[in-house]
Amino acid sequence: MEIARHWRGRAARYRLEGQRSRSTGEVRFPPQPPALGETDETWEAFALSGRGEIYSFSVIRQAPDGYEGFAPYPVALVRLAEGPLVTAQLTDCAEDDLAVGTPVEMVTRKLVDTGEDGVLVYGYKFRPTL
Amino acid sequence: MNNVYVVGAGATPVAEHYERSLADLASQAVRAAFAQVPGLDTRRVGAVYVANALGEIMASQSQMGAYLAAAVGLSGVPALRVEAAGASGGVALHQAAQAVASGACEVALVIGAEKVTDRLDGALEATLALATDSEAEALQGVTLTSQWAMLMRRYMHEHGYAAEAFAPFPVNAHANAAKNPQALYRFGISADKYRKAGQIASPLNMLDCSSVADGAAALIIASEGIARELPGTRVRLAGTAIASDTPALGARRDPLDLLAARASAHVALGRAHLGLGDVHVLELSDPHGIAAALALEAIGFYERGSAPRHAADGAITTSGRTPLATAGGFKARGDIAGASGVYQVVELLRQLRGEAGPTQVGDARVAMAQCLGGVGSTAATSVLIGES
Repeated sequence: MEIARHWRGRAARYRLEGQRSRSTGEVRFPPQPPALGETDETWEAFALSGRGEIYSFSVIRQAPDGYEGFAPYPVALVRLAEGPLVTAQLTDCAEDDLAVGTPVEMVTRKLVDTGEDGVLVYGYKFRPTL
Repeated sequence: MNNVYVVGAGATPVAEHYERSLADLASQAVRAAFAQVPGLDTRRVGAVYVANALGEIMASQSQMGAYLAAAVGLSGVPALRVEAAGASGGVALHQAAQAVASGACEVALVIGAEKVTDRLDGALEATLALATDSEAEALQGVTLTSQWAMLMRRYMHEHGYAAEAFAPFPVNAHANAAKNPQALYRFGISADKYRKAGQIASPLNMLDCSSVADGAAALIIASEGIARELPGTRVRLAGTAIASDTPALGARRDPLDLLAARASAHVALGRAHLGLGDVHVLELSDPHGIAAALALEAIGFYERGSAPRHAADGAITTSGRTPLATAGGFKARGDIAGASGVYQVVELLRQLRGEAGPTQVGDARVAMAQCLGGVGSTAATSVLIGES
């Protein structure tokens, strides 16, 4: 992954920082630019608790380049306590530990190894709540 | 707007074409399409639309419009490439239809072409995954297959199905592909084999996952004046429409509801002045049973949570209410990425002309093709009517 691109997304990737609407209180993740009709003031930065439950999951055995070393690895859609649905890998678990509804919590782990001269990309994953 | 017709169609077999380049494949498909209309002067082609999803990375080529126009001998004709992942073919057809309907040209050529086997599977998976919201999803190692798998597991959870409830979709696709000499997998499979197949991205197994392969298909789109000069059954492109949804699955209010699939189908049918009950034969993006089930339900053919039951009752066979994948679908004809939407219409043209042989749907006069980019982030739907 490109260094500047990784750096731009650091708040979301390291701290699970999303956005909250100043008018409705709606929380979203990941952060998005203002839509038509909105301004830079419409949404404020908002750090999520990192707690949620599994909406669904899959264990990937046919991996894309850069992820072969992790295979087989579980990915999930996690419904966060504050509402957003986030896509992330699951970690520290076996496939048998997982089910729709399993409570999970955010941890920071290595996401992808882009080679000797590349960036080591760390970011959020989720594990079954300890 | 003027009436628009599909007057010629051709395609290469779907295969691992190691000996043939992207240009070779496009040339074969385009020559096959024009062979159907020997009376049509190729100098009447006023626009070329190339549908290709993966060309920069998998085929090491950009500017695909000019490149393939030149390869088929149409250099000088306005040409451009359309990219909307797996919906590229349907979007290109929509553009061609609008060009002819508006009178901007009297003949437009759609070429769907994809070359994927020059690189290994890991590169292909990574390139396909760029159709997700790549920073929020692909970076997590998510693949398109695993996104469909997550929707399948959620669907099983909400509606109380086991994975094997989806077997009728690939079983039907393979049964039809066995009779299609151009299909990638020309053999049947059974529900029992489905149950025993190894996992690719659980709960999706090997027999519920399409293989992406090489191929090219071409369609000649023409004005009514030209269609009337030609012999045989005329097939009118009565309505086309595209719609979009968020690439990020998590941003959707209900990920099991494919909003773009519904919107594009309803607008296309409306433009054709037809309803769902008028459709006799279907092509959908069906790389997995769950994809077909969600599209059938989103479009409104079946109630939510019921498509696998209808499929088990024979609804998707050639004699059912919604015949599907008559040439093998994405699963067994093969998934040609950006070209798939063009292959879909090649098959529907055969159906509407009564040329589909052993998989002919009886008295098929109205057909619908829908292709999806990503997990329904783009949907393109076309409605065709056979006029005798």
